[in-house]
Amino acid sequence: MNSLWDSGVAALRLIAEADPLLVSIVWRSLSLSAAASGIAIVVGTFLGAWLAVSRFTGRGLVLAMLNTLLSLPSVVVGLVVYLLLSRSGPLGFLGWLFSFKAMLLAQTVLVLPIVIALVRQVVEDAYNSHGEQLRSLGAGPRLSGLLLAWDERSALLTVALAAFGRAIAEVGAVMLVGGNMEGFTRVMTTSIALETSKGDLPLAMGLGLVLLGVVLLLQLLLAGVRAWMQAADAKGSTP
Amino acid sequence: MTLPCLLHVQDVRVALTPRHGAPLALDSVSLQIHQGERVALVGANGSGKSTLLRVLHGLQKPVSGRVIQPKPVQQAMLFQRPVLLRLSVQNNLALSLWLRGMAWRLARQRALQVLESAGLGDVAQRRGRQLSVGQTQRVALARALALEPQLLLLDEPTASLDPQSKRVVETTVQHFPGTMVFASHNLGQVKRLATRVIYLEHGRLLADLPVHLFFDQAYLLAHSAEAAIFVKGEGV
Repeated sequence: MNSLWDSGVAALRLIAEADPLLVSIVWRSLSLSAAASGIAIVVGTFLGAWLAVSRFTGRGLVLAMLNTLLSLPSVVVGLVVYLLLSRSGPLGFLGWLFSFKAMLLAQTVLVLPIVIALVRQVVEDAYNSHGEQLRSLGAGPRLSGLLLAWDERSALLTVALAAFGRAIAEVGAVMLVGGNMEGFTRVMTTSIALETSKGDLPLAMGLGLVLLGVVLLLQLLLAGVRAWMQAADAKGSTP
Repeated sequence: MTLPCLLHVQDVRVALTPRHGAPLALDSVSLQIHQGERVALVGANGSGKSTLLRVLHGLQKPVSGRVIQPKPVQQAMLFQRPVLLRLSVQNNLALSLWLRGMAWRLARQRALQVLESAGLGDVAQRRGRQLSVGQTQRVALARALALEPQLLLLDEPTASLDPQSKRVVETTVQHFPGTMVFASHNLGQVKRLATRVIYLEHGRLLADLPVHLFFDQAYLLAHSAEAAIFVKGEGV
């Protein structure tokens, strides 16, 4: 109990003093996860919207595979990306292994199925309800998908947050492909694992608190934005 | 003199679901829509009115039969519960014009003109989802008319409106110069707006008459007992 209390106090001191090591790790984590989520959101929105409005043979199988990928363990993603980027792998010529780029690729691969699956669901629901009217106006299925993705942007904010949350909290993939090198590829989750094993609990706990704080802040921000958008939509919508 | 035919529906059958052997929403329906006609589709819920409108508009494929368009016809459809996107009302209208090939800047200008001439200039900058049901219906009608259609299809255009909005929509529709096909439960409205009435029951076309004969009870009874019972039941 004393150890927990002491570690907590020391962690708060590190945060309050903006410890340079802590700040650099936090900054790397945030930029990595933001970039991976950003790429996944752009690519995933197009793919999800396309999947929502497309009808083709084998679509059910694609959706089943996509849903399976939602529960993919991050270490498996790390392993696959590791094999792809290793010297003998098909992408070995890039020389990305144990770099920020490798971690970015791994996190993007990890969160992309989440974005595609959730965007697909949101856009498909909207398409089932308004798709016919958009077709009547002259929009083809693909354009309808993109218009509806834009129209459902408040729901897509939740998708973005889910993607960022999954990216920033995962440890397995970045550990495998990044190598947890201090000053280069060490992020919050890999640092927590390492510092805990070394017994440096204050830094581990400080990083843990920052991680929680970041997620809490994002949740509050999202709740505020959604409430504002819903209020704007609901205003004056009575008969 | 027969007016030019805009649409020719030939023995169209539409299934309720894609499943083989599913019940029919439209059963061997044949008709022609001529230029300048104002055709009312009447019948109970589930009689096939909306399905027929969707077939005419090309949104629903028949399982058999076909819809022939002798010449290309610019169409627009007003749905029973129209949807506006989360854009400004002006941009909602501009989008429909842009989708028909108009440049975005011109489309926005034209949209504003249309809204102002429809008495909706004050809502042009409001978001589409902020409007009341009546305003939404009026904006959707303005959006359909902005496309300058030769054929206007309306699915229960005043079903969920208050009396004032109903009057505005009806007046706007009355002044539409082109051909019109509309589904309605309101036989008073059918009398006011239609020149021809088609009665549907369980997906079958049972009566297709000029409006004055449709509301002639004796004539209708001789022509179609089902249609006569429907009209009598509606108290007209």
